[in-house]
Amino acid sequence: MTETPDPDWPAAIFDALTALDIRQVAYVPDAGHARLIELCGAEPTMTLVPLTTEEEGVALLAGAWLGGERGVLLMQSSGVGNCANQLAFARAARFPLLTLVTMRGEAAEKNPWQIPMGQATGPLFETMGGEARRIDAAVDAGPTVAAAGQAAFGSDAIVAVLIAQDVIGVKSFEAAQ
Amino acid sequence: MNQPGTIDRRQAVARLVADRTDDLLVVGGLGAATWDLAAAGEHDLDFGLWGAMGGAVLIGLGLAMAQPDKRVLVVTGDGEMLMGMGGLATIAQQQPVNLAIVVLDNGLYGETGGQPSHTAHGADLAAIARGCGLPVAATIAEDERMGEAVSLAREARGPVFVVLKISPDTPPLVLPERDPVVLKDRFRAALGAAS
Repeated sequence: MTETPDPDWPAAIFDALTALDIRQVAYVPDAGHARLIELCGAEPTMTLVPLTTEEEGVALLAGAWLGGERGVLLMQSSGVGNCANQLAFARAARFPLLTLVTMRGEAAEKNPWQIPMGQATGPLFETMGGEARRIDAAVDAGPTVAAAGQAAFGSDAIVAVLIAQDVIGVKSFEAAQ
Repeated sequence: MNQPGTIDRRQAVARLVADRTDDLLVVGGLGAATWDLAAAGEHDLDFGLWGAMGGAVLIGLGLAMAQPDKRVLVVTGDGEMLMGMGGLATIAQQQPVNLAIVVLDNGLYGETGGQPSHTAHGADLAAIARGCGLPVAATIAEDERMGEAVSLAREARGPVFVVLKISPDTPPLVLPERDPVVLKDRFRAALGAAS
């Protein structure tokens, strides 16, 4: 039996970010973003900005936009909860924000600590006046990010793209025996 | 508690931005630092915060990366800086040569009733900045050394971090433009970055 390989969804997202002329790539590391971070790090037109906490990224990208550059914020769903007050700033000043969020706390999540923030991730963006879109199938990754970027930068909006845990894969906690 | 500083904040900020050209981009931290900038003369290339506490130095970093040929100066207070201290490690990792941060440290939360801040109890922001990896981190407590502070803020190779020990006096409010969309659009237009 031949298995159909999954589309290389991080590469599709990278291509979409390149087409959007993204220059600053801010992130708090997440396993689900690891390949995208590698691709962006190897791209000379992009600068990686590792953050100590996710809200730094919202402020950083506001500064980037003030200076005429576009950026993206990569984070895990647990980090979205750190961002609320800086999202209020982005909303009040109508700074565009494109953020890609790898989801925890859904599908077959085995860590109960991840579940509340996972369930609150989409509603939190909406509460703060932003929008949350989803990638539930790997094949949709590129087009969804491309459209989200056009919406964010074209209409000065906060647009989050939530990448489903089914796309990323569920973290295993199998202990070595 | 530490002794309060003596530097006059309004005179200090006026000196930091004196004789500015369009090659200087300024971010003001939430509250009194933004009022000080307004008192020094509102400028299209000022972005003074009325919120976003803890974000000032990160806004400065994003701006400095986007505009590497311009000098970016962040002027903020000790309370605002304390809320975003992790950002100093983020800045140190990027080492933006065109970014300077000046913290007006009066050891208190002036906008909320003058409660003592952590710097009044010994938190040393310049030591923290140095510990994060910022190569130039100085504390200046004497008005006679303001020339050195201005030189660091405006000319020295960055990233530069300067703490000014200012007097706890509260000068009269001078309020700049309050609408953040206006501030943002005005700034981008002055920079030629408007889309």
